Amino acid sequence: MKYSALSLFANALSGHKKWPQQWPDATPKKSYDVIIVGAGGHGLGAAYYLARKHGITNVAVIEKGWLGGGNTGRNTTIIRSNYLYDESARIYDHAVDLWDGLSQEINYNVMFSKRGVLMLAHSVHDVQSFQRHIHANRLNGVDNRWLTAEEAKAFCPPLNISKDARYPILGAALQQRAGTARHDSVAWGYARAAAALGVDIIQNCAVTGIKRGADGAVEGVETERGFIGAKKIGVSAAGNSSVIMEMAGLRFPLESYPLQALVSEPIKPVMPCVVMSNSVHAYISQSDKGELVIGAGTDQYVSYSQRGALHIIEETLASICEIFPLFKRMRMLRTWGGVVDVTPDRSPILGKTPVPGLFVNCGWGTGGFKATPGAADLLAYTIAKDQPHPINAPFNLERFTGGRLIDEAAAAAVAH
Amino acid sequence: MLLIRCPYCQEERPEIEFSYAGEAHIARPLNPDDLSDESWAEYLFIRSNRRGLHYERWLHAHGCAQFFNALRDTVSDKFETTYKIGEARPQVKK
Ligand SMILES: Cc1cc2nc3c(=O)[nH]c(=O)nc-3n(C[C@H](O)[C@H](O)[C@H](O)COP(=O)(O)OP(=O)(O)OC[C@H]3O[C@@H](n4cnc5c(N)ncnc54)[C@H](O)[C@@H]3O)c2cc1C
Ligand SMILES: [Zn+2]
Repeated sequence: MKYSALSLFANALSGHKKWPQQWPDATPKKSYDVIIVGAGGHGLGAAYYLARKHGITNVAVIEKGWLGGGNTGRNTTIIRSNYLYDESARIYDHAVDLWDGLSQEINYNVMFSKRGVLMLAHSVHDVQSFQRHIHANRLNGVDNRWLTAEEAKAFCPPLNISKDARYPILGAALQQRAGTARHDSVAWGYARAAAALGVDIIQNCAVTGIKRGADGAVEGVETERGFIGAKKIGVSAAGNSSVIMEMAGLRFPLESYPLQALVSEPIKPVMPCVVMSNSVHAYISQSDKGELVIGAGTDQYVSYSQRGALHIIEETLASICEIFPLFKRMRMLRTWGGVVDVTPDRSPILGKTPVPGLFVNCGWGTGGFKATPGAADLLAYTIAKDQPHPINAPFNLERFTGGRLIDEAAAAAVAH
Repeated sequence: MLLIRCPYCQEERPEIEFSYAGEAHIARPLNPDDLSDESWAEYLFIRSNRRGLHYERWLHAHGCAQFFNALRDTVSDKFETTYKIGEARPQVKK
């Protein structure tokens, strides 16, 4: 069923009791042309683009928990593309291009809102590095501009720009084209659109092994519900990528860390945009429900626990209260954590692997929600053509051997 | 917050006194000139990132300022043991 004003009206007449199921819960077939491991936004999107753009519809997405229950459903939904290097500008801007028409394309409101992302500069070093980013971005045709402290305050009135603030604001970089989207809708929308094209979505079915033939090529996956065959496997398992790659005998340049977020009680609209402060690890926006959505920094140690320590969010909230004294008396309602897979250069790995038939999309770390449609599209392309698209070609695994890193870590001096 | 037992101070202290220092038992190559690109990549970038028992280094930064090793379960975050640098790694019972 196509969602429209008309279908909304018709269903209102029957008390919203007759909406059809959005996607069926599939039982696994014996084999598929392509298996995607991980039903996050990236994996579901890849299945959708395989079917939609490449005509490959005999596809299964296999998920150990529930669809969208990983980082897709846990992140603070910041979308931006003002990264430093040419390769990054291309891959993140490609995603923003796709975000633009996504709701219409998949007939599902992902609530992409270009409310603007402000990145605060607190020191001379920040000012210089942001201005370098702005110049590099402009050369790459990526929107980004410099605001003075007063201009930043005019754009985002809750900011405290007083000179004696604990974290003085010397200015900010504004990407107007950036913003947020509704994370769950992204997973649900892709799931529904992919299922409508024939993709099987198999939940509660952890992949426990990858079977390889005598020639080394993949033959399928072992799962909690038995063996499922496929000549092509795309792994999009975020925090658990190392675990899956090890099933194929591969060791990866990844480490998985807890990353936390939290939301406040809902209040009337007060935050017009997204504000990020990399130096103090605080990220904040307001959801349409009215909650302040706040992102913290990672814990320092490798962990798959999906929970972080209290002192990390205490530090983040202390910074938020300094930057926005207005929020001091608000109460926080919920906190949670995800597991993020971080590469040494803080850029993703998206492409082929040394194992024939095995493809990978990982290493998006603390910042891959923004890339969801782009990563999904490029993973689908790479699987369908058995070669990377020019946009993701530089994001190969071999760069860690050859030395051609895409060092956004050094460029930003922090993750994100 | 984790509680971590420093094997030098012989005391269990809160995590904020410590800095994490990555996977343990990754030896610096003795023959850097002869190393292949693959071996450099392995040494610099490849990590076991184990889901389960993980050998790792910690620094008691706001204490005795010494590095030590630990064996910790990365799913429960529970420390199995901590031990001094130079001591053999405790074997993991399968
Ligand atoms: C607190 C937090 C805040 C963040 N904030 C932002 C932000 O503001 N902006 C931004 O761009 N990014 C952000 N990120 C990062 C972003 O969420 C991730 O980079 C991105 O969501 C990863 O891609 P994904 O959605 O496909 O991963 P996921 O949704 O995690 O999907 C991976 C799936 O693989 C499944 N899986 C794992 N192992 C197996 C197995 N053995 N068998 C079957 N399935 C398996 C998992 O259950 C999971 O559903 C944040 C992350 C966190 C945790
Ligand atoms: Zn000590």
